[in-house]
Amino acid sequence: MNIIEVKDVEMHFNMNKEKIDSLKEYVIKLAQWRLMYEDFVALDKVSVDIKKGEVFGIIGYNGSGKSTLLKAIAGILKPTSGTIKVYGTIAPLIELGAGFDLDLTARENIFLNGSVLGFSKKTISDKFDEIVEFSELRNFLDVPMKNYSSGMVARIGFSVATIVRSDILIVDEILSVGDILFQKKCEKRINTLMQSGTTVLIVSHSLEQIRRLCNRVLWLDNGKIKMLGDTKTVCDAYEIGIPVN
Amino acid sequence: MLAHVETFKKYKYLLKNLIMKDIKLKYRRSILGILWSVLNPLMMMIVISAVFSNIFKFSVANFPIYYLTGSTLFNMLSETTSSAMMSILGASSLIKKVYIPKYIFPLEKCLFGFVNFLFSMIAVAIMYVILGYPVYWTVLLFPIPVFYTLVFAIGISMILSTLSVFFRDIIHLYSVLLTAWTYFTPIVYPQEILSYKIKDIMSLNPMFHYVQYFRDVMMYNTVPGFGENLTCASIAVGTLIIGLLFFKVKQDKFILYM
Repeated sequence: MNIIEVKDVEMHFNMNKEKIDSLKEYVIKLAQWRLMYEDFVALDKVSVDIKKGEVFGIIGYNGSGKSTLLKAIAGILKPTSGTIKVYGTIAPLIELGAGFDLDLTARENIFLNGSVLGFSKKTISDKFDEIVEFSELRNFLDVPMKNYSSGMVARIGFSVATIVRSDILIVDEILSVGDILFQKKCEKRINTLMQSGTTVLIVSHSLEQIRRLCNRVLWLDNGKIKMLGDTKTVCDAYEIGIPVN
Repeated sequence: MLAHVETFKKYKYLLKNLIMKDIKLKYRRSILGILWSVLNPLMMMIVISAVFSNIFKFSVANFPIYYLTGSTLFNMLSETTSSAMMSILGASSLIKKVYIPKYIFPLEKCLFGFVNFLFSMIAVAIMYVILGYPVYWTVLLFPIPVFYTLVFAIGISMILSTLSVFFRDIIHLYSVLLTAWTYFTPIVYPQEILSYKIKDIMSLNPMFHYVQYFRDVMMYNTVPGFGENLTCASIAVGTLIIGLLFFKVKQDKFILYM
């Protein structure tokens, strides 16, 4: 059963070198006949079906469109053409701690961040202790988060985002947060989620991680699918740099 | 439509949290706290009353109340629209990372402005007591013009928050426009000094109607008729619909300009 269906998705950006964001510039450029638009194709006819319960990896060089694809699946970006169908709830870990206000305390931020992710008040209250326990930061709960270290902020962020079992978990290069002990803990939590049937999408530059976790891998290159297949075949090809057909 | 209602329900708690956050951050670090929201309009009123009733010698009965009612309502409009205008840009770090219905942000700023308005109504109540101004039963109807103004402000906010993403200098232009708008609405001067011609032009200004409605129920023991209600309501709803449609058409492009 497919949980995500990506069909012929194209994503175009305007790369007009002098980015216009004021009325003044717009009028001046208009008067000079210099309203140029430079098209940049971030995703080019990408089609992929992801099955329920799969751990799906996306690899590729910098700027190949990995994050763009994840953002399109998460609903943050709307594709220029093509369709994306998602059957289930998404917990995006695209960047941890989105929506934290550092002037507020950790306690307040847990509720704020939870509601940003679309959780109800009851869910957050019920899971509050579990979140705090996992982050191991109980003693700092009522401290404004501007006094936190970046690792501590990431701990709270990860704890909130993974507390509710969603159907799809999107992980973009975030397993490198916190100290080594917390990283282990994060990976364990993701493993538990996977075993309970959550579909996981992972973007990572660590091939070792991809090989260890994923069932299937997509290799993106300049916005196009270069290869799609089982983990070993794609990762081996990626390592030597040429796709094996 | 039904799907929209469902999403709104899901994010209602976020809306509430964001408003609470704004309230906390606004009042947490000032010793006088919420008192400022009350003191500020009172002090402004003293200054303006001193200037206009002694220097310009307008003959408005009960000038302090006249000014206070007008300015409190107008302040709600200027506060809600100005802060909502920045709301999408201000939430850019969020919008780039998580899916949230984007209209939440301007809407939140409008509701926060409404909460502040309620605090400043305390100042109005205090002045009624101090000056011994009679309180008519029509005062109870004050939520009606406030509601019209709020709906109107939400519509304007949707348009402004969209425009500011594409053209940042709108922010400067709007503050000038807002000053002009203040003087184009009878807040510090009585309507009677206007010629008929200017009054006709002014009736195109929605705030002219809302401020007048507000004073009718607050000060003059008058309930505006059906015609006036229809005018006020259609301006508000019309602006809201235009604002929402404009926002909806443009919202997918926001992220490309942030």
